[in-house]
Amino acid sequence: MREENAAFAPRPGAAPALRRVTAQATMELRLQLRNGEQLLLTMAIPVLLLVFFTVAPVLDLGRDRVDFLLPGVIALAVMSTAFTGQAIATAFDRRHGVLKRLGATPLGRSGLILAKTLAILAVEVLQIAVLLAVAAILGWRPHGSGAAALAFVLLGTAAFSGLGLLMAGLLRAEATLGAANLVYLVLLVLGGVVFPVSLLPTSLRLGVSFLPITALTGGLRAAFQPAAMTSVRDLIQLAAWAAAGIAAASTTFRWE
Amino acid sequence: MLEQPRTEGWTRSTWGRVAAMAAAIEVVGLVKRYGSRTALHGLTLGVEAGAITAILGPNGAGKTTLIETCEGFRRQDAGTVRVLGLDPHRQARQLKPRIGVMLQQGGMYPAARPRELLNLLASFYARPLPPELLIRRLGLEEATRTPVRRLSGGQQQRLALAAALIGRPELLFLDEPTTGLDPQARQGTWELIQELRRDGVTVVLTTHYMEEAERLADTVVIVDHGRLVAQGSPQQLVGGAPTSLEFQARPGLELTGLQGRLPDGVLVREASAGRYRVEGTATPEVMAAVAGWCAEQGVLAGEMRVTGRSLEDVFLELTGRGLSR
Repeated sequence: MREENAAFAPRPGAAPALRRVTAQATMELRLQLRNGEQLLLTMAIPVLLLVFFTVAPVLDLGRDRVDFLLPGVIALAVMSTAFTGQAIATAFDRRHGVLKRLGATPLGRSGLILAKTLAILAVEVLQIAVLLAVAAILGWRPHGSGAAALAFVLLGTAAFSGLGLLMAGLLRAEATLGAANLVYLVLLVLGGVVFPVSLLPTSLRLGVSFLPITALTGGLRAAFQPAAMTSVRDLIQLAAWAAAGIAAASTTFRWE
Repeated sequence: MLEQPRTEGWTRSTWGRVAAMAAAIEVVGLVKRYGSRTALHGLTLGVEAGAITAILGPNGAGKTTLIETCEGFRRQDAGTVRVLGLDPHRQARQLKPRIGVMLQQGGMYPAARPRELLNLLASFYARPLPPELLIRRLGLEEATRTPVRRLSGGQQQRLALAAALIGRPELLFLDEPTTGLDPQARQGTWELIQELRRDGVTVVLTTHYMEEAERLADTVVIVDHGRLVAQGSPQQLVGGAPTSLEFQARPGLELTGLQGRLPDGVLVREASAGRYRVEGTATPEVMAAVAGWCAEQGVLAGEMRVTGRSLEDVFLELTGRGLSR
């Protein structure tokens, strides 16, 4: 008789990996979209910058300002999601014991990282769709190489994810919050997002040219040109950042 | 609710019967160091499948380190750990679906809602319990749409317990499951844990509530300074133990005469001014001897009583300290 009532009788087993990872990625996505500050950073700021600097001729950006700005704000959007948002969210997940707790489920640690990456890619798809739509309203017409742009977005995501996880692994949650926002702001100004690196003082230019954001803005701009080019230097530079960032993050990351 | 005799194997689930054949956890010579501090000094322990085992110990005794090594969160410096016959590190992939884990604190997204969180965890397991069942059993109906960060401490505890149960584990680790619960919620949690055992789940819990260990545990493991100091059923730990006789009288009685009348091994002393303790085994003869001596001395002994040992006394004797925080 108890057999029927034995609600808690053990029946252990893991769900298929695909179901585990998609469920976790969906959760990560919902939490990101529920977080107001995060949305400001990932959605509002790139859109506002695109609209403002296209409409207001405060910077000399050449004939077609929207053509110059769109690749820059796409790069910014990638950085804000893969680096800033991910670093902050991961650091707080650790602080709240979520990384530890999920590590004890069949999802596991690799499943968790994979799910986080999928959620980031989904947010980026949303960001880029919105930015392309806004740019189209501002007079931008599609041209360039979509494949080259996609390659840069994916490599940029890998590079910034590695760096974001590295920061989240090294710093406390509050320190990550501050530092990730600071890095975001500095790279936004320096990295050719809304104005060309060539406008920077010569003393800064060499250092800035090695930053991952500079490679991403440069690579995307080349890809978006009507006569699209793949900037090999930028591609190699981003790949190097991705390799270094992921390697460093995987040795320093802490789960609790 | 009537306790079912635990020998009736046929009333349990198949899993319960299979599990009952082997030890759920075998720990041999476990050593864990944090830098220069040694948290566990070669601890050896067996946990019976299908039973409730309570790990008792003062703060810093090594309880959480012990349980987290079994869960696979920490890696030992020496010794072997087998959980359900598996190495928690090298065979983590096989082990994780079979265990349920409730951390001492945290483990939940502050912005997530209870139902959402339970649905998420349910999707990691092949045959999860329906989240609704757990929400009902743990009294979380009012809270299903409230973000975790706005739940009360007790609600968060109950949600963490629900999360540990959702995958229908064979082995459940609960690190201080009732800390911070009000008496009613604690009672409810105890009933649930007893039901889990009836259904064939092995439960390992840490606690610093003596009553919790006495009420729930089939086996109590007392850990102190990273060593196992005692293991047994609550009855074994307190039973066969000497009881003592206490009485009150005017302070400063000369006790030599009384001591002479007591059997060997029974000692009388003035524990505090006016409070006397006769330690050893309190037999009717001892009580008669004490009463007779008091009558001869013209001493009116007040509040004479025989006291048994509690788990708390055993704990105090073994560790030299109380358990309360």
